[in-house]
Amino acid sequence: MRFDTSPAPHVIAGYTVPRVMFQVLFALLPAGIAHVALFGPGLLLQLSVACVTALLAEAAALRWRGRDAAPALKDGSVLVTAFLLAFSIPPLLPWWLGALGTALAVLLGKHVFGGLGQNPFNPAMVGYAILLVSFPAEMTRWPVPMDVDGTRTWSELAQLSFAGFYGADLAVRWDGYTGATALDSIRSGLDLRYTLPELLGRGEIAGTLGARGFAWINLAALAGGLYLMARRIVRWHIPVAVLGGLLVPSFIAHGLDSGIALGPAMQAFSGATMLAAFFIATDPVSAATSDRGRLWYGAGIGLIAWIIRTWGGYPDGFAFAVLLMNLAVPFIDRYTVPRIYGRQP
Amino acid sequence: MAARSTFPAGLVLDAHKQQACESPIIELPLPTQVVLALDQGAGYSAEPVVAVGDAVAAGALVARADHPFASAVHAPLAGIIVAMETREAAVQGGRSLCIVIDGSGADRIDDSVRPVTDPASLSPEELVQRMRDAGIAGLGGAGFPTPTKLASARELGAHTLVLNGAECEPWICCDDALMRSAADDVVLGALILRRAAGTVRCVIAIEDDKPAAIAAVTKAIERLRDDALTLAVIPAVYPKGAERQLITAVAGVEVPAGGLPADAGVVCQNVATAAAVARWATRGEPMLSRIVTVTGSGVAHPGNVRAAIGTPLAALIAACGGYRGAPLRLIAGGSMTGRALPSDEVGLTKSMNCVLVTTRDDIGSRLGAVELPCIRCGDCASVCPAGLLPQQLLRAALADAHDALRRLGVRDCIDCGLCDYVCPSQIPLADRFRHARRRLLEAEAMANKAAAARERHELHKRRLQQAATAEQRAFDSVRNRARQPGDGSAGDGN
Repeated sequence: MRFDTSPAPHVIAGYTVPRVMFQVLFALLPAGIAHVALFGPGLLLQLSVACVTALLAEAAALRWRGRDAAPALKDGSVLVTAFLLAFSIPPLLPWWLGALGTALAVLLGKHVFGGLGQNPFNPAMVGYAILLVSFPAEMTRWPVPMDVDGTRTWSELAQLSFAGFYGADLAVRWDGYTGATALDSIRSGLDLRYTLPELLGRGEIAGTLGARGFAWINLAALAGGLYLMARRIVRWHIPVAVLGGLLVPSFIAHGLDSGIALGPAMQAFSGATMLAAFFIATDPVSAATSDRGRLWYGAGIGLIAWIIRTWGGYPDGFAFAVLLMNLAVPFIDRYTVPRIYGRQP
Repeated sequence: MAARSTFPAGLVLDAHKQQACESPIIELPLPTQVVLALDQGAGYSAEPVVAVGDAVAAGALVARADHPFASAVHAPLAGIIVAMETREAAVQGGRSLCIVIDGSGADRIDDSVRPVTDPASLSPEELVQRMRDAGIAGLGGAGFPTPTKLASARELGAHTLVLNGAECEPWICCDDALMRSAADDVVLGALILRRAAGTVRCVIAIEDDKPAAIAAVTKAIERLRDDALTLAVIPAVYPKGAERQLITAVAGVEVPAGGLPADAGVVCQNVATAAAVARWATRGEPMLSRIVTVTGSGVAHPGNVRAAIGTPLAALIAACGGYRGAPLRLIAGGSMTGRALPSDEVGLTKSMNCVLVTTRDDIGSRLGAVELPCIRCGDCASVCPAGLLPQQLLRAALADAHDALRRLGVRDCIDCGLCDYVCPSQIPLADRFRHARRRLLEAEAMANKAAAARERHELHKRRLQQAATAEQRAFDSVRNRARQPGDGSAGDGN
């Protein structure tokens, strides 16, 4: 009897890239629910425009590059990019800005470098950073979350979301329904020489745990992230290092001057902290390679985000922190090659 | 490397051992024909000492081990040599010179088959030489000649003999079956091997998923009351049974890169090899048979079979109820490192611990694999037992960057296949690295050749120059003498 002779190993675990990607999308579900419950359905609008744009941009890029588009569209990676960008941008963003950011993320962030696996920068953060520096007003305008004073209904938030999505002028009809995020308000308050206890005492900024509204999204993202860790899709090094890099300096600074420095709980449950720690910084393509390298990489992201949150000109620092550390990856990889069995360190 | 080394990587895999292990070992009667590959799996061939048409007795030498990496081959049955030709074999490269013997049915045993009267009275050197004559080779999978390993261990002053009963690869359970049924042989062989290798102590290592084997070996050791023979139970993690990983698990030391286990003071042998040594010592029988696991969902009744070396694999499969379903791949070895064979007419070799007949049920995951780009997830690095970065190695392999391949340790890869196994992009990493090693070897051979040619050319040029200079000097002196006859004679007086 004759048989086929293929090289070993003859079995594989069968844990494929599409399965990894769809698990990541699934793990975003709790954060998505919290987002929609607190900020209205804007996220769903942003997600739909981002997903459609991402798939179109991916297909177009692959066509231009003379590649077969079908397997790449099915691998789910471009949807992860779309989801991460949609979660990062304000839910009121006009649809064309979401589309522009997504197209730039896929084209400039991914395909100019050669597509899946080749991009040195996190594509979603490339798109986000371009939008943030180009459209600062739109990119920092968030709905006031549901749980602040209960006078607003979810259906009003829904109307607001659609108005923002279609690009209506929000200043007239929706004045008071929109505002800066908690981190943003705190920054401007501190610039006006308020003290932190005064700002946090106002109630519309902080809740019991972290920033109003964002605290729940962060908790939900943390739950999703722990799920990914339990499924061994994300290993602990990057999330732990990101949180360490952010929380250790904030703990020290808060201890030194609690009048102006946010404490670790507020830092952990504000802005994009958990999303960045578990979903954005963990993008393996643009992260450092070895476990030790990933600790340095994550700690750098956390630290830079803390620096930008503390002294920078932007409300949240994670996008730039991730991009800066992406830049440092070749350097980190160079100096964190693990010791090979039987070789001297 | 003073501290105890802990290389924790590896992975717990589905064992698939239950079914084959349940039934007792089948003693397969001698086949009507054997196909003896002269390369028994180590990559080097023995030199035939018989010719087509010769009659041989059972146990007679048919091929001599001239090279230290080759093993002597003996006729497992009495009969006539009917062919000596290159055939498909379960060896590197897929082909080997084979001696084919038709059994005559006679029960004629060769005169050389005599029990070793008292192995303890023989010097280690004599033991090693007689094991070489008996064709003792490693039964664990590599088929490396045991005597060569023992001799180098003694030379390098190894202090510990590790007997490998880990059997970490999925599907394979012949060592488990052996230890349960013949633990005394294993222990007796251990003592002889320990003496031949000149080590102080011997540790038998078994993975903790084999409680029956552990109990049997424990009992056999207790009967012996030898303090320098102990048992180590190690966790059942693939590939803990790979030589270097096992040494680290048992002795806490690492084998230096590019070195031998004996450089770390350890020599490793398989438990089945030890049992074969005991068989040789008590019965005088050279290595004529082995226990092999015949399993996979393509076999009707998986089990362990003791069969003569050279038995066609078809006969082994027939002994286990024949094929079942739609067999796709016939593998010599386990599912992770085994070699897929083209045909079941191949003869059993000493290095073959398992015959795995797979159907789509077993290897469907691999058959359906679609290769995607590497997403640098690092799962490969987290399981690599050698501490390598397979994703970086892949880049170097694709770029054929030889310096990077060497620096990143393509040669420290033990070919366990785990990186392949876990890769979500389903990249055939192990095979890429195999190719890279081969290309590296070729490039180095080319470089050596080029260096030799350059040296030859330089020397040749120098020789020509020297000859030319000598000629010139001779010419000059003649010319000078011709030009200045007076001066020359005038100076003579001074």
